[in-house]
Amino acid sequence: MINATTALKAESRELNFFYSNGNQALKSVSMPLYENKITALIGPSGCGKSTFLRCFNRMHDLYPGNKYEGQIVMHPDNTNILEAGVDPIEVRMRISMVFQKPNPFPKSIFENVAYGLRVRGEKNQRTLADKVEEALKGAALWNEVKDRQQDLAFNLSGGQQQRLCIARALATDPEIMLFDEPTSALDPIATANIEELMSELKNKLTILVVTHNMQQAARVSDYTAYMYLGELMEYGDTDTIFTRPTRKETEDYITGKFG
Amino acid sequence: MTTQTLKTKATVLENLVAVRAMIRRHKRNDIIFAAVGLLALMLGLLTLLTLFLDLVMDGYPRFNLTFFSEFPSRRAANAGLLSAWVGSVLVMIVTFLTAVPMGVAAGLYLEEYAPKNWFSDLIEINVSNLAGVPSIIYGLLALGLFVYGLGLGESILTAGLTLGLLTLPVVIVSTREAIRGIPVAIREAAYAVGATKWQVVKDHVVKYSQGGILTGVIIGMSRAIGETAPIITIGALTFIAFLPPSPISDVAPFINFEWLGSGFTVLPIQMFNWLSRPDHAFATNAAATGAIIIVVTLMMNGTAIYLRYKIRKNIKW
Ligand SMILES: Nc1ncnc2c1ncn2[C@@H]1O[C@H](COP(=O)(O)OP(=O)(O)OP(=O)(O)O)[C@@H](O)[C@H]1O
Ligand SMILES: [Mg+2]
Repeated sequence: MINATTALKAESRELNFFYSNGNQALKSVSMPLYENKITALIGPSGCGKSTFLRCFNRMHDLYPGNKYEGQIVMHPDNTNILEAGVDPIEVRMRISMVFQKPNPFPKSIFENVAYGLRVRGEKNQRTLADKVEEALKGAALWNEVKDRQQDLAFNLSGGQQQRLCIARALATDPEIMLFDEPTSALDPIATANIEELMSELKNKLTILVVTHNMQQAARVSDYTAYMYLGELMEYGDTDTIFTRPTRKETEDYITGKFG
Repeated sequence: MTTQTLKTKATVLENLVAVRAMIRRHKRNDIIFAAVGLLALMLGLLTLLTLFLDLVMDGYPRFNLTFFSEFPSRRAANAGLLSAWVGSVLVMIVTFLTAVPMGVAAGLYLEEYAPKNWFSDLIEINVSNLAGVPSIIYGLLALGLFVYGLGLGESILTAGLTLGLLTLPVVIVSTREAIRGIPVAIREAAYAVGATKWQVVKDHVVKYSQGGILTGVIIGMSRAIGETAPIITIGALTFIAFLPPSPISDVAPFINFEWLGSGFTVLPIQMFNWLSRPDHAFATNAAATGAIIIVVTLMMNGTAIYLRYKIRKNIKW
């Protein structure tokens, strides 16, 4: 069961989310995120995994008419990051995100990683170079690109691009990192690389990852949440969810009978 | 699998014959359409080419340096384009300096900042329509606003502003289209690392839409350079034997703005003037000017295509 010594990093409380067309995509989702752990979100297509994930960095604020209800509280400062008074930019500075398809900027490798630092006003060339190197190392990409940091990011392979995006998200030293199906556009080897990377990253930060790949969820995550039609159906540590799920639906989904 | 019977060789072959006949029929349509399309294209291109060659042949005797370095004259053989091309260049500078900043700013605002509601829809429709308003209407507007209203006179400034207005919708529309071409994923990536709207606009939106904006600007300007009607409406002179004061001077502050208020003529006006002379010798000058305007326009469009290619080369989506 849930280890009592692990600290809570964030939790959603009774979170409802409505898209601008009135569609309620999340229904009273309450779920913890434990510090330095990987939490996997699974569930059939359209069940609200991405919607939930994107609440954590207030991505929905980019589009008018979207509405949150309830709370996402971050610890240790106890900030409800959905509160109207909290600037979404502040939230995005603490919680970074890696998208489904690699989306590097049409800039150099260096500039891609440095962008988050530049946004924060960092101008010192030495500091930038150091932090970019650190982030590229953290994303296991340094050895492949150290001599070509001025090359365009588009010239990298898909797997390298995705690790570059991880480096970009890592450079600003976030507390939480969100991954939305980070390996769905990658081959098995690149996928294995990213999974390994995530397991290393959790020493530094807390991870929430959406995946359609059951083996992936079982391999990398410490906790698993099963969502269905906008609701959180079951949550628990990954071993339990995969071996002795309490609900029939969860079992059916995991074993591939449904979804 | 259970109810479906296995296909016999005979039915497979029969089916194959029918499929092949069908493909042949469809391919025939391909060929017919390609031929019709090619014909239409050729008609358009050949007309333009004939026109251009005709102008070149008629104007041939004038293609020398003195044609560019002489003022207009009463004698056709001595008359040159100096005041006209200098006028065109100066007017285009004013056009560029007004249409580009205003058009890009307006396009950026509409696309990135303006709330999306019925009012912005209305503006959107109006801007697109503005691009289709006949140019002489712009001339009329300029006559009332710039010449009489603001008292700018029949000057280079007035002409440049008028053509700037004419070019503005093209710049706005191409700016917006270029911005819309930027994938959502790139924007979200920038916002996700904590960028503000302005940072996203200046570091990404403007950078990646440069190619499209530039193309729009050049195409708008290449249309403006041949415009005659609005320039006549605001009262360009047709016979000018002097140059406007130079924008660059040898005493501090080295640039001056007197030229903005100067009277002027431009290439198409000069051409129009020569064309309307009863003396047939001037027709040669007009033809040569026409050929030059076409070459300049084509060169501007060529530059637009080249720059677009060059800028887009590093951007793949
Ligand atoms: N912009 C939007 N406006 C309105 N409804 C939306 C929007 N985006 C998603 N939805 C709806 O919200 C629900 C949840 O979508 P979401 O993208 O979160 O699903 P998901 O679990 O991530 O699915 P997938 O596994 O296919 O990525 C779906 O019913 C979807 O149709
Ligand atoms: Mg999704």
